[in-house]
Amino acid sequence: MGMEGIGARVTRKEDKRFITGAGRYVDDMVVPGMKHAVFVRSPHAHAQIKKIDVKQAQAMPGVVAVLTGKELKADGIGNLICGWMIHSKDGSPMKMGAWSPLAFDRVRYVGDAVAIVIADTKGEARDAAEAVEVTYKELKAVVDAVKALEKGAPQLHPEADNNLIFDWEIGDAKATDAAIKAAHHVTRMKIVNNRLVPNAMEPRAALGHYDRGEDHYTCWTTSQNPHVARLVMSAFYNVAPENKLRVIAPDVGGGFGSKIFIYPEEVVCLWASKKAGVPVKWVADRTESFLTDAHGRDHHSTVEMAFDKNNRITGLKVDTVANLGAYMSLFSSSVPTYLYATLLSGQYNIPAIHANVRTVYTNTAPVDAYRGAGRPEATYLLERTMETAARELGVSPAELRRSNFITQFPHQTPVIMCYDAGDYGASLDAAMKAADYAGFAKRRDKARKAGKLRGIGMSCYIEACGIAPSAAVGSLGAGVGLWESAEVRVNAVGTIEVLTGSHSHGQGHETTFAQLVAGRFGVPIDSVSIVHGDTDKVQMGMGTYGSRSGAVGMSAIVKALDKVEAKAKKIAAHLLEADEGDIVIENGALKVAGTDKNVPWFQMALAAYTAHNLPSGMEAGLKETSFYDPTNFTFPAGCYICELEVDPETGLTEIIQFVAADDFGNIINPMIVEGQVHGGIAQGVGQAMLEGAFYDASGQLLTASYMDYTMPRADDLPSFKVSTSNTPCPGNPLGIKGCGEAGAIGSPPAVINALTDALGIADFTMPASPSRVWAAAQKH
Amino acid sequence: MSDISLTVNGRQVRATVEDRTLLVHFLREHQGLTGTHVGCDTSQCGACVVHVDGKAMKSCSMLAAQVSGSTIVTIEGIANGADLHPVQAAFKEHHGLQCGFCTPGMIMSATDMIARHPEGLDEATVRVELEGNICRCTGYHNIVKAILAASQAMSKASKPKAKKAA
Amino acid sequence: MYSVNYHRANSVADAVKLLKTGDAKLLSGGMTLIPAMKTRLAAPSDLVDVSRIAALKGVKVSGKTVTIGAATTHYEVSTDAKLQKACPALAELASMIGDPAVRHRGTIGGSIANNDPAADYPAAMVALGATIVTNKREIAADKFFKGLFETVLKEGEIVTAVTFTAPAKAAYQKFRNPASRYAIVGVFVAKGKANGKDDVRVAVTGAGDDGVFRAKTIEVALAKSFDPAAVAGAKVSADGLMTDIHASADYRANLIGVMAKRAVAAANG
Repeated sequence: MGMEGIGARVTRKEDKRFITGAGRYVDDMVVPGMKHAVFVRSPHAHAQIKKIDVKQAQAMPGVVAVLTGKELKADGIGNLICGWMIHSKDGSPMKMGAWSPLAFDRVRYVGDAVAIVIADTKGEARDAAEAVEVTYKELKAVVDAVKALEKGAPQLHPEADNNLIFDWEIGDAKATDAAIKAAHHVTRMKIVNNRLVPNAMEPRAALGHYDRGEDHYTCWTTSQNPHVARLVMSAFYNVAPENKLRVIAPDVGGGFGSKIFIYPEEVVCLWASKKAGVPVKWVADRTESFLTDAHGRDHHSTVEMAFDKNNRITGLKVDTVANLGAYMSLFSSSVPTYLYATLLSGQYNIPAIHANVRTVYTNTAPVDAYRGAGRPEATYLLERTMETAARELGVSPAELRRSNFITQFPHQTPVIMCYDAGDYGASLDAAMKAADYAGFAKRRDKARKAGKLRGIGMSCYIEACGIAPSAAVGSLGAGVGLWESAEVRVNAVGTIEVLTGSHSHGQGHETTFAQLVAGRFGVPIDSVSIVHGDTDKVQMGMGTYGSRSGAVGMSAIVKALDKVEAKAKKIAAHLLEADEGDIVIENGALKVAGTDKNVPWFQMALAAYTAHNLPSGMEAGLKETSFYDPTNFTFPAGCYICELEVDPETGLTEIIQFVAADDFGNIINPMIVEGQVHGGIAQGVGQAMLEGAFYDASGQLLTASYMDYTMPRADDLPSFKVSTSNTPCPGNPLGIKGCGEAGAIGSPPAVINALTDALGIADFTMPASPSRVWAAAQKH
Repeated sequence: MSDISLTVNGRQVRATVEDRTLLVHFLREHQGLTGTHVGCDTSQCGACVVHVDGKAMKSCSMLAAQVSGSTIVTIEGIANGADLHPVQAAFKEHHGLQCGFCTPGMIMSATDMIARHPEGLDEATVRVELEGNICRCTGYHNIVKAILAASQAMSKASKPKAKKAA
Repeated sequence: MYSVNYHRANSVADAVKLLKTGDAKLLSGGMTLIPAMKTRLAAPSDLVDVSRIAALKGVKVSGKTVTIGAATTHYEVSTDAKLQKACPALAELASMIGDPAVRHRGTIGGSIANNDPAADYPAAMVALGATIVTNKREIAADKFFKGLFETVLKEGEIVTAVTFTAPAKAAYQKFRNPASRYAIVGVFVAKGKANGKDDVRVAVTGAGDDGVFRAKTIEVALAKSFDPAAVAGAKVSADGLMTDIHASADYRANLIGVMAKRAVAAANG
């Protein structure tokens, strides 16, 4: 272990370049001859394209090319796809409408790309983009998913009658209905999960470069998973075969899910680079990001939760309508199904669950995974319902939860998941203690005297991370396997490179992954380098999302390290004339246990490469690879408590304290884990109190800049009280569960439970902006 | 086109630029100083903050021509050779960054903030003063911690008789 | 941004001359104009930069008379020791505009000439009964602001300074738009003298359909008793107030009362 190994608070190796301005993001890349692109986008939410006239634009100063969807189609570039097949309960496949990277016949949301303009400067490209004349015939638009299902609603895709993509179910309807019928008490709620815009601080960008001499493409892109981008662009979009396409995701300024997907822009920039004969760079401005980055959430649900006379949950019935926007984004279908409804058991023993989910097209930006992806929606629904039930039943919210906790593991829920380990009571206790829950009544009374309304709320969340066993997700419709790869190269002088298919865009992999290696071999952390984000360097990988880089990515590294260790020990045993089984690795040396005989790590490595004296039959070199496929999801869980205070005169709500008690399994670097929780909480509190993407009825996005979309700022938030109490995950070699999404999953219901407590109201629709809180306080 | 002359990170620079060239684009594209970032269109995110004549300003909302004659310091120019600026060091020490995109602007705003508050900073002041810098990764928790720590370290270092902080 | 020609003026006279070029616009701090040009909502052919004209900079306090040069930045206004003594409410208002980096650049002249309906300075100018000084004339603040982004400024007219008599008591309370941080409602309350008599003026920004306005019902109530409790009885109508995704007219009407009440409490110390 040591100072730099597993469990140590090692400061980050990657920080040096970021704090000195030496980070390298896509917009920092310059290729000789590079030109700048601006996309012409639809100003209408729904319209037919009658004509696109590019003549005037082509003649503008500095313009290299103006290209449209017709040319793209003619060159055989494919439509964008959704890579996870969901079948409706009647057995029919989901209805995937055509999504051309450049629309040529119809536009379906404001921001739909219709042409690309390439010029010497971005200013000139923008000048010319304004000169592209697109004649539209406007059509009626629909932005609300529930309304889109109604008779007579505008229809988006001929493939999808009534805009319905699929009507899917999970669980046992009969048993659930029976439980509700027989219940002593049923809590019923309507729950809205507000639409969000991910807002990574680095806007999306792509630089496509076609090399004529090599007949080869390179794409620098803001991606969380460059290998998936290469695979999809090769196999489905016909950009180029995989061996002719290199995808590089250099430093990426945050993702939160929004940079998983393959968007039209990178496909078009690559294609246009060959067509126009120049490298083409596109960088989104912020409003473009608001309009076209995949949004998150946007669910409308009804829920019924049945209790027996002992306040035990006997059944849960959920009906959800999920808005997927104008087109099916890459993993959009999985989010409101297998990442959502499979978590509806929460931390509770619920014998019968049934969920029905309908997904719908609307004239809005595509909706896909955003930090938590499905799990925040499930947690919000469940934890708001538990809170309401506690109030209706007249019992303490903590005790209602505790008395329904799952305490025996493994636990098979009625909705696929099999929880492997956890101690939910421990997190609840830790959170209540940290929040001084017992002292709340006094604090509330004191606040009341000062004219403020104080409330407290909790949320006990569970999530499924470490996605995911390939065979399992394959059987559920996934188009890919969700293993991860690692390659460990020990150089001739003993330094080590780890090539990983995970991608770091803020998670600190260059540090935590190196800690793993340093701890294992006792070598200095500075002698370990992590290589990622380049398909020419790393053979294959599935990328970073779903809190999978620790549980899956690092497990792959462990497996490769196992192989390296085995070979290193063989070499050492040979050099030391000892038995392989007696070799131990300590402090950077391979030793014969119980003796002072040893060979330093670097000498062993040198021996592997000089190959002058290797065991007979052994190949030279020291490099091992592994593809690790998890055996189960992992199940991080925890309890969050929010205490807040409302100024009833203005509706301004201040978070007084926010407590997080998580169970993440084993932890590699507590500093980085805490940072992940802080960031997640800020996004969850943002969803609850500040953020919301609003379209008007005609489909114009009203929140398309930071003037109108409320981003959490430093003075909106307190410092957080975070702690962990960990039960190791039995499913992977490191016992890791994952920590990237918990904060965003657990926090929204804690905030709204506290707010409704403060206001003494039954429900509240997020976000709790001052005007909405004030209005709610008036009605009360 | 305008002929401009200014000092960037201690170096005298002359250039001819389109009048519509923003300072941030001048720094990034003409000077190759890509540490200064653009994160929004409405001068709110603060990823582009640099120092102009000693004060923090948003380089996305100024023309390069406007600062002809001025002295500019960017994130690339605040370290003393290989020695990190105390604010840079504090951001690393306290994990005040994750993806790194907002970090240059945060650090430039923080150094300005500390300079304007020689009396010292408290958490509430730091949070209010960070109004013009948006971070999506850290929840600000460790950024606030880093700035408070840097402020303390710098005030200790500036007291002549005090021993240099380890 | 569209193409534009940049000119730096060395004096007000120089600026007047340069303003005759094409469709020229004055550029001061540029904190509103440059972002508007970036989104192509503003497209002047020429920009005349007045921010470096020395005659337009600085705060002067002489007795009760305060004069602030048009190119004085929000930061300079907020930190000016003389002003902090003479009219702390205005210094405090300046410290609430935008963020530190914006305050280092944005100017009082630019703000009032732009007359954004959510800007802070217009409320102060109206409540303080300030005079807007231009290169051509002096204009009472009450008459200066005309609707959204409109003033009575004529072509070739340049704001050079603002001047006012420091009030006995004043305070500004601002309720911020959670996203933009501009005022949803900002209320500046001032208790001064007019014609030898007590004169209470209450100006509201951020709320009105037509920009800054005086809350007459509150003024009447406060003239009788300059006390927070007096505000409670003064009804503020939602008529003529803005509604947007962040605040309804009713909510704004409520906030005007609340902010006025708090401003009076602050002014009374």
